[in-house]
Amino acid sequence: MSAGLRILVGCKRVIDYAVKVRVKPDKTGVVTDGVKHSMNPFDEIAVEEAVRMKEKKLAAEIVVASCGPQQCQETLRTALAMGADRAVHVLIDPKDYAVMQPIHVSKILAKLAQDEKVDLMILGKQAIDDDCNQTGQMTAALLDWPQGTFASKVEKTDGDLQVTREIDGGLETIKIKLPAVVTTDLRLNEPRYATLPNIMKAKKKPLVTKKPGDLGIEIKPTQQILSVEDPPVREAGQKVESVDELVEKLKDAGFVKS
Amino acid sequence: MFSRLCQRSVSLGRAAILQRYQSTLVVAEHNNEKLSPVTLNTITAASKIGDVTCLVAGSQCSKVAEEVSKVTGVQKVLLADNEAYKGFLAESLTPLVVALQKQLNFEYILASATAVGKNFMPRVAAKLDVSPISDITGVKDKDTFVRTIYAGNAIQTLKSSDPVKVITVRGTAFDAAPTSGGSGSSENAPTVEVQNSQSEFVGQELTKSDRPELTGARVVISGGRGMKNGDNFKLLYELADKMNAAVGASRAAVDAGFVPNDMQIGQTGKIVAPDLYIAVGISGAIQHLAGMKDSKVIVAINKDPEAPIFQVADYGLVQDLFKAVPEITTMVK
Repeated sequence: MSAGLRILVGCKRVIDYAVKVRVKPDKTGVVTDGVKHSMNPFDEIAVEEAVRMKEKKLAAEIVVASCGPQQCQETLRTALAMGADRAVHVLIDPKDYAVMQPIHVSKILAKLAQDEKVDLMILGKQAIDDDCNQTGQMTAALLDWPQGTFASKVEKTDGDLQVTREIDGGLETIKIKLPAVVTTDLRLNEPRYATLPNIMKAKKKPLVTKKPGDLGIEIKPTQQILSVEDPPVREAGQKVESVDELVEKLKDAGFVKS
Repeated sequence: MFSRLCQRSVSLGRAAILQRYQSTLVVAEHNNEKLSPVTLNTITAASKIGDVTCLVAGSQCSKVAEEVSKVTGVQKVLLADNEAYKGFLAESLTPLVVALQKQLNFEYILASATAVGKNFMPRVAAKLDVSPISDITGVKDKDTFVRTIYAGNAIQTLKSSDPVKVITVRGTAFDAAPTSGGSGSSENAPTVEVQNSQSEFVGQELTKSDRPELTGARVVISGGRGMKNGDNFKLLYELADKMNAAVGASRAAVDAGFVPNDMQIGQTGKIVAPDLYIAVGISGAIQHLAGMKDSKVIVAINKDPEAPIFQVADYGLVQDLFKAVPEITTMVK
């Protein structure tokens, strides 16, 4: 590994985090047509971390991959503009994409990691659409690699990575052997913006398209979405005029001793 | 034996007969000395499906096993005490849980949707070649579960056809099982050879606090960007101490370095559902609401009358927090 790590970064195209999603009237899902999409915020952090490792000469090459419809190529171009070297788009049929689960993505990523002979995979800790928080852990399992999830700091030491993880009570540090899978937490870094010259350059970087079948992966869903509904609406509250009135309300509700 | 079984089914009715065929394994979360309270909520979720066996894996954790055996609803406790489980690394826990599942044929494996559960459970699922189900908020029937997507802005009901269901449970969505009244049998887990040469626990830096734990607190007071700096959080601590409340924060407050990350409430932080949530200087972005909008009573204190937090607040006070919070503190006994 003296020549530097080969890094694979997974990127998901999701509805932009600032969009207020709308549930479809037939309760089959949320409205995605005509809605602004962008790269999953945690994946931007993953790309940024890989690019920083390359800038520190720890990484030799960064391959970015995305599974999904044709539009995922925009997401991959964004990653290329941030500094990734080349991209693999695993084109998924719309009907398969509708039933795809993290386990299928994991199988695809694990196969790509082997084909591309990568030493490190960096993924976001969760996608902000399905909120699953599974893909990184499952990919590590399929490859039998160690995992450093919810990373807020990653340092390379010889054949190891020292990963600081965000846990419920604070932080913990673990050491994992390479090859490994790391998933990013929000605190890992501040992703850069792609500059216009880099966006132009990214258009010329290699992007290959594959199908799950090319990788020997079959998308066989084991979960059926029965319904997607709006969460219960909270009843409108009231504005209180003063601190006195607020404390009075809290007393009435029994939260404050009177 | 036969008569005892019959008696039990008669006295417990049909539900019990159904339940006996479902076996659930709950992986208990603990720090080797004490059970994490959220495990009690997970045991409640598991009891809705079937007979509960609890796995206590750790190093020198027999005290925890004893504690778990007394929890109502726990039939059996399996203790796996081994230095290999130090730090609860996914690479050590996973082979244990997978081996136990293969030996004892559990149909459900549950853990809490905490940093620990989220870390190792998908790894278990992949090893069993099944799709995990994250952060459930409801159990509809033996294979239908409810969870939220899009930062809590949609509720998904899904049916799983996997032979083993690997599930993490949102603690705030289920009541805690009583810590007494149970009489689960306790035994050592079948020995599983665990060799983990891949990962190593180095150390922890835990935030120390005398206040109640955030996800289990009855009252939570949170500060946002409006707090302006970390020192000003002491205004919230003073009020919190009077109300026996935990203190949380929005991502903005965490990112600005006012308070540590483990205080973050929201889609990517902790999910809380206290009886009372007081949001101070928090605008109420979608991602923050995801972590607190199931609170019973929400109070917002913000000087911006247009802040989205007022749309979910039961009581909203449009006022400068630096004036309002100290006043409230003096009024609360």
